[in-house]
Amino acid sequence: MIEIKDLHKSYKMGSNSLHVLKGINFSVEEGELVAIMGSSGSGKSTLLNILGMLDNSDSGEYILDGVPIKNLNETKAAQYRNKFLGFVFQSFNLINYKSALENVALPLYYQKVGRKERLEKSLKYLDQVGLKEWAEHLPSELSGGQKQRVAIARAMAAEPKVLLADEPTGALDSKTSYEVMDLIQKINDQGNTILIVTHEPDIADMCKRIVHLKDGVIIEDKKIKQVRAEQYV
Amino acid sequence: MFNRDRWKEILEVLTSNWFRTVLTAFGVFWGISILIILLSAGKGLENGIKQDFGDIATNTMFMWTRSTTKAYQGLPMGRRFNFKTEDVQSIRDKVPNLRYVSPRNQLGGFRGGNNVVRGLNAGAYNVYGDYPEIINQDPMTVTSGRFINYNDINEKRKVAIIGNGVKNDLYDKDEEVLGTYIKIQGVNFLVVGTYKKKSNNGDGEEGQKEIYVPFSAFSQAFNRGNNVGWMAITAHDGSSISALKESIINVMKTKHKIHPEDQRAVGYFDLYEQYNRVESLFGALKAVAYLVGIMVLLSGIIGVSNIMLIVIKERTKEIGIRRALGEDPWSIKKQILMESIFLTIISGMAGIIFGALFIYAVNALLDSVGPVDMFMNPSVSLGVVVIALIILIVSGLLAGFIPAQSAIKVRPIDALRTD
Ligand SMILES: Nc1ncnc2c1ncn2[C@@H]1O[C@H](COP(=O)(O)OP(=O)(O)O)[C@@H](O)[C@H]1O
Ligand SMILES: [Mg+2]
Repeated sequence: MIEIKDLHKSYKMGSNSLHVLKGINFSVEEGELVAIMGSSGSGKSTLLNILGMLDNSDSGEYILDGVPIKNLNETKAAQYRNKFLGFVFQSFNLINYKSALENVALPLYYQKVGRKERLEKSLKYLDQVGLKEWAEHLPSELSGGQKQRVAIARAMAAEPKVLLADEPTGALDSKTSYEVMDLIQKINDQGNTILIVTHEPDIADMCKRIVHLKDGVIIEDKKIKQVRAEQYV
Repeated sequence: MFNRDRWKEILEVLTSNWFRTVLTAFGVFWGISILIILLSAGKGLENGIKQDFGDIATNTMFMWTRSTTKAYQGLPMGRRFNFKTEDVQSIRDKVPNLRYVSPRNQLGGFRGGNNVVRGLNAGAYNVYGDYPEIINQDPMTVTSGRFINYNDINEKRKVAIIGNGVKNDLYDKDEEVLGTYIKIQGVNFLVVGTYKKKSNNGDGEEGQKEIYVPFSAFSQAFNRGNNVGWMAITAHDGSSISALKESIINVMKTKHKIHPEDQRAVGYFDLYEQYNRVESLFGALKAVAYLVGIMVLLSGIIGVSNIMLIVIKERTKEIGIRRALGEDPWSIKKQILMESIFLTIISGMAGIIFGALFIYAVNALLDSVGPVDMFMNPSVSLGVVVIALIILIVSGLLAGFIPAQSAIKVRPIDALRTD
């Protein structure tokens, strides 16, 4: 599903540049649930942003579902993001003047799905994250966990090939974190490919594979036995 | 483009801070009001002054004879001469693009002695010998009967069309006019019509106190032979009489053996030139109105642009999210442009309505205090409103352009950065 080869990225700051990714190689199969771990500043977000086509690498290859991702202009990148990817952020990033339902419907709107179908579909996804009753509420009326579940529903609404989550539990207490992870595991159970950036070991243990990043390279990449979040909920 | 979701979003954004939106809108509102009011004031002035031209066909010149000021071909200077009826045909033959060439003769005039008698009543009136076309050059409304026609000309019928002023002088209130006779300098003419004229000056009494008779009958009755008093010449709409005037006068000079350099022998009045002078004055006035109006509007537009920029700044993160979710940058640009155009058009419409109400009030005031010199019926035409709307749309586009550009300039990754 994802294939990257010798990926490099550095940030230029004035005269000196910070080499953040120094040759990353890895691939992800369909249906995997991968945790990207590493200490703060190790380049996890940078990697995820490149995978999410929000940022460009300096060199290296990136193939997503057989499509080489290279030299995209903004319009094309937006199209690919919409078609291939779903995002979940640490700070939820819901649009605050739109209801939960409208937030979930956004990616479908950009896909030019008709209004009626769009709302039906969004409601279905809200139901899946257990928030059907909250459809008309604004984000400010929701708890953190609920917000993140809306964000997950939004990411899934467009039926992406890969779900990318950058510290999805970073702003949540542990109980809510496990609820969110439970949801993510269930989505993964349905066969969706998911990448999660985290620095919390217990969260990483709930994935099926852990990729450890340090000083811009992968120092460890192992398959693990998944801990089910259900038992903590 | 005009789907429901877009409109919903535009309204959401604009109504999220009412106070700011209204303040912003006020700049555009004020600018367009000023533009409309200035233009209509100009129009009022124009109406007031153009009224003095009455209905007369403006592409017209009048031409008459004077005495020569240069000797030529053995003829002395100071010689008097007359236009002849054949001259009309010569002018028609030699000068193209003329619509009407009307020879005219005249009796009486201002403060002349009484020249028209009917029974016991008498009065002093201008009496014109004319061709039927004159009604197109100096328009009047036939209120009863008919105007001169070519049968009158050919048969030299002694018939007359009298103005309503004449009728009021010579006839009792309910008396039948058509079919009666009036005596013009001792010659009986049968009244076949009455007319009314929009006046050239003020109340219009003068214009109504005229009598029109066939040119041929006039010449015969008052012994003018084939002399022509003066001519009224109108050019076709496509060409200007001012440009043709030189060749017309030259035709007359050749025909009447006048020195080509003699500037005074043929007198003329070029109505078109006068009219154009007034026209260009109002053209300039209009340009000033547009300039001032657009300047004021411009500050309104800059205000809108400024606010949009602030709004964009506030929405940087939101725009980043939307782009991460896959919204086309073009769609974002379009959204911001539409917000800006919508705001400008709504406030502009309010401005147009306010301007129109203001003009309406001024008109009502003018009506109640009676006519004011040189100012009449200020108004804006539909054309001006359409132009104003176009200006608004363009302004909205301009106001939104820079903010829209800056909205998609920030990369989504930078926009999303939480700190
Ligand atoms: N836009 C940027 N400009 C300059 N430096 C950056 C930028 N983004 C990240 N960095 C730096 O790159 C390094 C890796 O950042 P990041 O990928 O966010 O790490 P992580 O997500 O693992 O904490 C950090 O040292 C960070 O300061
Ligand atoms: Mg990070």
